[in-house]
Amino acid sequence: MLFALVFLFLPLLNVFAKAFEKGWTVFYGALVDPDTASAIRLSLTITAITVPLNLIFGITAAWAIAKFEFRWKTLLVALIDLPFSVSPVVTGLMFVLLFGLRGYLGPWLDAHNIQVIYAVPGMVLATTFVTLPFVARELIPVMQSTGSEQEQAALTLGASGWQTFWHVTLPSVKLALLYGVILCNARALGEFGAVSVVSGHITGLTDTLPLRVEKLYQEYNSTAAFAVASILALLALVTLAIKTGFEWHTQRVYARAERATSGTRVTCSKSI
Amino acid sequence: MSIALKNVTKRFGDTIAVNDLSFVVNEGELVALLGPSGGGKTTVLRLIAGLETPTSGDIFIRGHRVNDLPVQKRNIGFVFQSYALFKNMTVYRNIAFGLRVKKWKRRAVKERVEELMHLFGLEQLGHRYPHQLSGGQRQRVAIARALAPKPDVLLLDEPFGAVDAKIRQELREWLVRLHHQFNVTTLFVTHDQEEAMEVASRIGILNCGRLEQVGSPQEVYEQPANEFVARFIGVMNVIELEVRNGMACLDQIVFPAPGYKDGDKVRVGFRPYNVRVSPSPDEYRCQAVIRHAYFLGIMMRLDLELPSGARVCARLTKEDYKRLGLAPGMRVSFQIAEHKILGAAENSNAPA
Repeated sequence: MLFALVFLFLPLLNVFAKAFEKGWTVFYGALVDPDTASAIRLSLTITAITVPLNLIFGITAAWAIAKFEFRWKTLLVALIDLPFSVSPVVTGLMFVLLFGLRGYLGPWLDAHNIQVIYAVPGMVLATTFVTLPFVARELIPVMQSTGSEQEQAALTLGASGWQTFWHVTLPSVKLALLYGVILCNARALGEFGAVSVVSGHITGLTDTLPLRVEKLYQEYNSTAAFAVASILALLALVTLAIKTGFEWHTQRVYARAERATSGTRVTCSKSI
Repeated sequence: MSIALKNVTKRFGDTIAVNDLSFVVNEGELVALLGPSGGGKTTVLRLIAGLETPTSGDIFIRGHRVNDLPVQKRNIGFVFQSYALFKNMTVYRNIAFGLRVKKWKRRAVKERVEELMHLFGLEQLGHRYPHQLSGGQRQRVAIARALAPKPDVLLLDEPFGAVDAKIRQELREWLVRLHHQFNVTTLFVTHDQEEAMEVASRIGILNCGRLEQVGSPQEVYEQPANEFVARFIGVMNVIELEVRNGMACLDQIVFPAPGYKDGDKVRVGFRPYNVRVSPSPDEYRCQAVIRHAYFLGIMMRLDLELPSGARVCARLTKEDYKRLGLAPGMRVSFQIAEHKILGAAENSNAPA
């Protein structure tokens, strides 16, 4: 408990303390700075694209891996883990090699006037790659342990494949799914390494929140840096709160069902 | 006929789960598929439901060939051994599921679900989740859910497998009542011969994917088609006797053995209830000692040890047991009222 307090809570508190060191006006001023505002927008945009992409990929991959047997299954499982085992910086370089001007696809992209590296598409690609495992990794064990009998039961009751997926498969993994999305979201917002390599650090154009924090800090503008950092920390806290609230809600639903019928247990077990 | 299988075979890779099976269940019947585990019973149910596709052969439901019909269109009710209730749904929503996906009107759904909850004694539990129910309650929800969309046939996989022995008996009686009430053609799978005997109007005995015999409980019990059925159904005694002077002998047991040579070994089968036991050592010819006595409801099972050490199982009512004053450890005499020569024992060159 003490360990958690010292190593988790104090540093977080310190960020907020530093951010408000010089008062509200300085804090506010740091945030409305056009470059910072643009970094906030960009971070949110990238996250808004990345998380749904990962959601779709994660659910599809986990579903395929947990419920079906096919030839390249082990390979797919290994591929899902790849982004975890590769350093984010290397990931960034990989994309530069692929899409950069001197990369394999660079000349073709340039000829068609599409810019990937040092622009938003590259940053989205890099973030998606880095966060790819989160949703799938959370879902696979849950889906595997659930088995497919509930789904088969739904089919025998006349449900279509889509109805089964929507009403049976998805709800049975909702907590794991939420957790995966939250982790993915946090990483997408906070990703530094890969994004740093492909972004080109163009202030006001390709700076995300973490890049902005670093830049402000390098410029000895530590109050502003901490102000922006506090935004990141706040977003993290909000997602955590959503998750806790959701778990709490689920427990309450069960408890309510129990309460609503308590006292009837005796009569029921008699009437088999 | 409600369900018909014609020469159905199902292979999983090299193993044959169901081997050239032909079988009919008539409208409104309650039929049991009985056999040891791994005998292919569940696979037969899954084939009828459409959860597996047959390697060859045809499956008919109400006269229509359903081989190419997907699970959803077969209008069957399937109760899984584990019940497979939807964990994230309340009892009410579990039962309503089949109606909702079939786009029943809201009012009709409510009426049907409430009717079933009433019939199954689940009225108070509509808001509960499966993990908040007892085993018996879960089973009732599973059956109610399967019956809600008014299926043509009801398929049950080991319906009493997951319930403890104490309430099994009640559940059996309940299943029979339920069948009378709904009159839906029902096929259930079990490995428990007593359960099959007590509940079903006809029994199909399945072994290694083959149907060994189909018949009423009485037929199967009294005229078993082969040794497997006899042993599986009646807990039959099978003893090995040696032929001497044209007679098969073991201790004082002597049977005529026509067609066997001296020195051959033959196997003889007889039912435990055909063994007459007397407390007086002289009343019958064969001598034995009661090693154990087991209570089986109203019946008693006695394990008799012969002088040679061979064991014979006898069955009699509790009243007879008390009337005769039998007890474990007693020396008794016995005779076998009816027997059947099953054939030559292995390692013997006698004709079968």
